[in-house]
Amino acid sequence: MTEASPKTHAIHIGDLGRTQTEDTDTVAIRVENLDLYYGDVKALKSVSMTIPKNRVTAFIGPSGCGKSTLLRCFNRMNDLVDICRVDGKILMEDKNIYDRDVNVALLRRRVGMVFQKPNPFPKSIYENVAYGLRIMGVNDRSTLDEAVEKALRGAALWNEVKDRLSENGLSLSGGQQQRLVIARAIALEPDVLLLDEPASALDPISTAKIEELVNEMKDKYTIVIVTHNMQQAARVSDYTAFMYMGELVEIGRTNDVFLKPTVKQTEDYITGRFG
Amino acid sequence: MRDWFKGGEPWIWMTAGAVALSLVSVYAVLWMTAAQGLGHWWPKPLVETTLTEADGSVKRLIGELREKEEISLLRLRESGYDIKSDDQFTSRYLFKQGNRDVYGVDFKWIPTPLLGEFKYPKDVISIERHEWGSFFGHLKAVKENGQVVAEGTAAWPELQKRLARSNELFDEILSIEKHDIGKVNYNLERLRLQQRKLELQGGLTEEAQAAIDQERQIHETEFAKLQARLDGLRAQNARDSLTAEVQDGQVIEIPFAKIADVIKPNDMSVVQKISHYLQKLSEFITDDPREANTEGGIFPAIFGTVMMVLLMSAMVTPLGIMAAVYMREYAKQGPLIQIIRISVNNLAGVPSIVYGVFGLGFFVYFLGGNIDALFFPEASPAPVFGSPGILWSSLTLALLTLPVVIVATEEGLSRVPRSIREGSLALGATKAETLWRTVLPIASPAMMTGLILAVARAAGEVAPLMLVGVVKLAPSLPLDGNFPFLHLERKFMHLGFHIYDVGFQSPNVEAARPLVFATSLLLVIIIIVLNMFAIRLRNRLRERMRGLEGV
Repeated sequence: MTEASPKTHAIHIGDLGRTQTEDTDTVAIRVENLDLYYGDVKALKSVSMTIPKNRVTAFIGPSGCGKSTLLRCFNRMNDLVDICRVDGKILMEDKNIYDRDVNVALLRRRVGMVFQKPNPFPKSIYENVAYGLRIMGVNDRSTLDEAVEKALRGAALWNEVKDRLSENGLSLSGGQQQRLVIARAIALEPDVLLLDEPASALDPISTAKIEELVNEMKDKYTIVIVTHNMQQAARVSDYTAFMYMGELVEIGRTNDVFLKPTVKQTEDYITGRFG
Repeated sequence: MRDWFKGGEPWIWMTAGAVALSLVSVYAVLWMTAAQGLGHWWPKPLVETTLTEADGSVKRLIGELREKEEISLLRLRESGYDIKSDDQFTSRYLFKQGNRDVYGVDFKWIPTPLLGEFKYPKDVISIERHEWGSFFGHLKAVKENGQVVAEGTAAWPELQKRLARSNELFDEILSIEKHDIGKVNYNLERLRLQQRKLELQGGLTEEAQAAIDQERQIHETEFAKLQARLDGLRAQNARDSLTAEVQDGQVIEIPFAKIADVIKPNDMSVVQKISHYLQKLSEFITDDPREANTEGGIFPAIFGTVMMVLLMSAMVTPLGIMAAVYMREYAKQGPLIQIIRISVNNLAGVPSIVYGVFGLGFFVYFLGGNIDALFFPEASPAPVFGSPGILWSSLTLALLTLPVVIVATEEGLSRVPRSIREGSLALGATKAETLWRTVLPIASPAMMTGLILAVARAAGEVAPLMLVGVVKLAPSLPLDGNFPFLHLERKFMHLGFHIYDVGFQSPNVEAARPLVFATSLLLVIIIIVLNMFAIRLRNRLRERMRGLEGV
């Protein structure tokens, strides 16, 4: 699939690595020859891949390899960086999201995102969850009530906060805040959920809760998760993509990637020989 | 010793000392103004004593002892006092003899050796008059239509009874003069302008003229009625008078209409004194000034100050916030915006009088002049907006405080965490929605800080106001019961200018001095109160942001 592109290091991805997920799954996102530049620096080099629907896909790789950058392409968060430029295509339902006529706000409603550090708004728990809906113009109290409860249940937070919905979202613990942020995202009932190292700022127990949640949510959403933690990737994901220096090295079923990597680089990284 | 120095202890002492010094200065300012100003209304004992003149004759003196100071005899001799004594130093008293209508001056420095024994007779009265300041003397009699109705000890209760009646009449007269006649005059002026307008537009038809004349007739009848009523009240009020003997034995007659209050300061209990004090203090805050601002209250100045500050806040806050939002959120960060930012910062350093000059030239003459030419041609040659007024003062001060608000708001916006903005954008909010729903609320405490600084600066500014709207005595408040209620073109009084005026332009320096301090104290209190409101609001906003890093 990958077209020949100038190689800056020794690995020949196209020759060796798996670059395609199994074709038994429906495709949610198809990336075609994506190049991304920060000014003169090329941060993503000709990335092509498919993200399967209703599966968890993990991006792993050493720091600075471009996995978060790639993730942020899926909801065009990179647009916020002035010097960032993107070539290539990202297709969702056969529509290139980088086309000129795409409404970025609508795209982001369909592609929710959760960040590394919990970032609830300084508003009540209720208003945090209702934020996206209010932006959409939903102000009917009973509709909101219903949606808020559903989202909080979906994020496994309802039982902990149902009696204090009017309290400030910032008064919750770190793990609860992260689940609040997930609730905030799924309140919009998106198709895709992007998780950018969602557990890296949390303690082990909160991390376990988030992982459990990811597992539960994949029936409803296509999930893409960036993680530094290989065990986490192994635990939660169906597919794993290994990236290195802005390139996609290989992608495949998590078991395959972890147990029988086709590229030496992947093996070295997974076994901890570098990275 | 070296270790002590290296351990950093001297730094702790130095820095703590700086804090202590700052605190002491702040309390010194408050304490000094309070001590000098607040004693003014406490009833002071009236002393009766004698003064030996240069020719050996002895005179009786009645008055208040205001101050005592050490002075060298040499200086006294040089200024013509012949005092026999071997000492080098003696003292002298500042003596308030009052009765400016009789003696011309009411304050006098008198060397102590020339004074006789101090006596405090219980029957001396101190009269607070609507004109001519205080009167001190022995009450002789109360008269009705020139006929004595009470004399001696019976005079005092009679006086109090009749004074109450007289004061009621006086208040009624004042209310008619200020409100009813003011309203009639306002309406007559409005009619004149209406007629002139029609004249200028060539639309003054017979009917229109007739309608105006008819309405004018109504108001003039009203005026005549009020005038007649006033004359009646004044005649009633002229019925009673009192006679009293002043220090040199003359007997002076004072009509009750001219008396505001009478007390026997040497015959008052502490409770009476406290109640008198509180009454005078509240009059100071709620009354209009009298006697070239050296007596009466300062209500119009308080009102003007507060209103000007509020108007200024209402103008500067939206403008400053919008400018800051553009500079921080929308403008491309580059050399141009950097230059603009530096210029804005430097604007804060421009001397305030320069803003005054600008306000006079641009707002008053140019803007005001053009507004007059366009919308009020009928008023010409009298200016409406083309002369200094509260609108132009507020605008000038808004300009003066704009940099503070912009800088503080920008600071606040730059501290809003990037993650919060991204969180909002990732939920499908546009940049504008993110700004309105999330960024601005988070930056609101910083905006309040800007406003607090702006208010503190604006409320204390005097120099530019003297050019664009403040006057010594404003005949009417900028807010009253005559349509359209808010009169932004009117001139106004201001506490800061009032201090300057009373302190430097007053014909009676000694009488005005305590008022300078009292007014200063009041100005400080008003600024503190305004700031307290803003700070409480800010703290409430901050409380909501607690837990958010960097705010």
